[in-house]
Amino acid sequence: MPFDLVANVAVAGVLTGLVYGLMALGLSVIFGVVRVVNFAHGEMMTAAMYAAVVLFTAFGLDPFLAVLPVAAVFFALGYALQAAVINPFITRPEHSQFMLLVAISIILVNGLLMGFGPDAKNVQLDYQLESWALGKLLFDKARVYAALLALAVSAALFAFFRFTLTGKAIRACADNHLGALVVGLRVKHLYSLTFGIGAACVAVAGCMLILLVDVTPVLGPSYTLLAFVIVIVGGLGSMGGALLGGVLIGLSEAMAGLFIAPSAKSMFSFALLILVLLFRPQGLLGRRT
Amino acid sequence: MQRRSFNKAVAGLAAATALSPLNRAFAQSQKLKVGMLLPLSGYLGFIGQSCKKGSDLAPGVIKEMLGVDVELMYADFETNVDTARTRAERLIQEGANVLVGPFDSGAAVAIAQVAEQRGVPFVINIAAAPQITEQGYKYVFRNFQTAIDIVRNGLDLIGDLFQATNTVPRTAVYMHVNDTFGQAMTKGIGAMLPRATRLPFKILDTIPYDPASKDLTVEVSKAKASNPDFVLLVCRLNDAILLRREMVKQRWNPMGIISPGSPGMYEEQYFKALGKLSEYSISNVPWYNPNAKLTKVVEKAFNKQNPKDKLEFHGLNAGFTFEAILIAADAFKRARSTDPKTLADAIRQTHITDKMMLGGPIKFNAKGQVEGIGSACVQNRNLLPTVVLPTNAATAKPVFPVPDYKKA
Repeated sequence: MPFDLVANVAVAGVLTGLVYGLMALGLSVIFGVVRVVNFAHGEMMTAAMYAAVVLFTAFGLDPFLAVLPVAAVFFALGYALQAAVINPFITRPEHSQFMLLVAISIILVNGLLMGFGPDAKNVQLDYQLESWALGKLLFDKARVYAALLALAVSAALFAFFRFTLTGKAIRACADNHLGALVVGLRVKHLYSLTFGIGAACVAVAGCMLILLVDVTPVLGPSYTLLAFVIVIVGGLGSMGGALLGGVLIGLSEAMAGLFIAPSAKSMFSFALLILVLLFRPQGLLGRRT
Repeated sequence: MQRRSFNKAVAGLAAATALSPLNRAFAQSQKLKVGMLLPLSGYLGFIGQSCKKGSDLAPGVIKEMLGVDVELMYADFETNVDTARTRAERLIQEGANVLVGPFDSGAAVAIAQVAEQRGVPFVINIAAAPQITEQGYKYVFRNFQTAIDIVRNGLDLIGDLFQATNTVPRTAVYMHVNDTFGQAMTKGIGAMLPRATRLPFKILDTIPYDPASKDLTVEVSKAKASNPDFVLLVCRLNDAILLRREMVKQRWNPMGIISPGSPGMYEEQYFKALGKLSEYSISNVPWYNPNAKLTKVVEKAFNKQNPKDKLEFHGLNAGFTFEAILIAADAFKRARSTDPKTLADAIRQTHITDKMMLGGPIKFNAKGQVEGIGSACVQNRNLLPTVVLPTNAATAKPVFPVPDYKKA
């Protein structure tokens, strides 16, 4: 098989994987702190994709510029959702939390169907069809932009959790819930803040992904599943793991498509998931509990 | 009461009793309820909506033509085979006298089983998998080419295209969707291409892919790497758009993209989504006869219902969907009954010469299949699907290779 073919496919896989990683990062952050698994994750991202389409259609706003307003709105909505709906479920059994978030996902899918109809929507920009050439290597412009933004957002998130007081307080809640209460942290507010941050991550990922794929209301569940696969491979609760998981899934799908059969792409991400569950159940960068 | 009066009264009562079911049946038979099963959402949603444009206009046109009242009962099967099965059941429960649809072969297989079990006639508008009419079904009828016919006609037209443009491509890459339709087409191409003496090109690589795929980077990279002269493509709509975009991103300009008979590249959405990039794509498909008398009638009704749209974009979908309803209405008119068996028998006796689509009269063989439906080579020109072959139906000359062709 020619080297340039393998290299081109690998580049596309890694770039797409970085965007997947950003999407999964939101899920990982929420679970790592709030310990609630967001089963409406893919649906939230689909809603963000529609928000980007609306801003593009109404105001001609490039999804890269739409990132700011969409992320801000999603942060606020995420905060409100956690504060008003999810916080009361924190101490309830896991199956109650599961049902709550599945209900939210169903409401989102049907709301989008009612609002936008079943047809695929997209944005059309010139650079979506352009690529840079480096010798025989081709870099799809939209993918490169999306991947760079995914890296920048991830870096900002790492910095926030590592260097800011609020970030440290959120980590304290994640490490020791009781201890955080004892020292007087406003845990429920911090949970809401975390859910808001997770929702904003998903919003950014949605704005990027609309440059690569068309959106339909029923797209959500497949991305929820993909986000789960990524965070389980990378390590549930680990931010670095989410990015690594995204890249690994993107790359393995691309390589499986190339070397085995394009229709077997998804099969390989699940095979990778099973291997990780068998040999490293906490995920590649996850901590053993 | 005298004996004679009593006898008269009894006879009258008996006659009234005997006739009343007939009266009821007659009253019931004043209207034909057609259960329309279409993929109005999901990845075939655009095509389902396109088919619906043909069914929407059918009651009005048929009332004028045959004086028959048709009531349409729509069911969206969401491009999901299981949903198609349950929606078919529901339409029958709700009183559909005949089922029409569904554009998709997988769904057609499922609906055919329901129709046969429940004994309700099912007229297929578009679905090509040959096995649908090979099961010995008594209630299933198809006014569309089988995959084998589509491939045979499609390959013949590719030969005509090379001859008309004086080109001799030596290699191709074959890309196809891996659904029921794609598999059936692949089987047909595999059987017929080696025997097609006018097509001396070699298939360098065969690349199947998921029609619901959201990314075709790998598939296009593989195809490009095999360095073929042209792309032989069996696609659907969304994947055709993705594939064309990906070809541009990967700076790949082969001699052309030719479909030996699949949807996608002549659909309105293909033009809307791709603009100028949609130009020169070629689809060899069953098509409508723009000069037919019925086409003019349908076109008038179409333009009235869809003032901002053009029949050219929906000719295949709307045309075959309209004809399927016409078949049911024509049978209903002759049968004068909605009894399923009587209606099925009448459909079997169909002989419609005043038709819209290319080919001979609509006449079912013993398997419930219409034979002799014609195909045309349709090339996208000036953002319109344009017939370029056969010459007698063409409105433009074929262009092949495409103007920006570059050997990879």
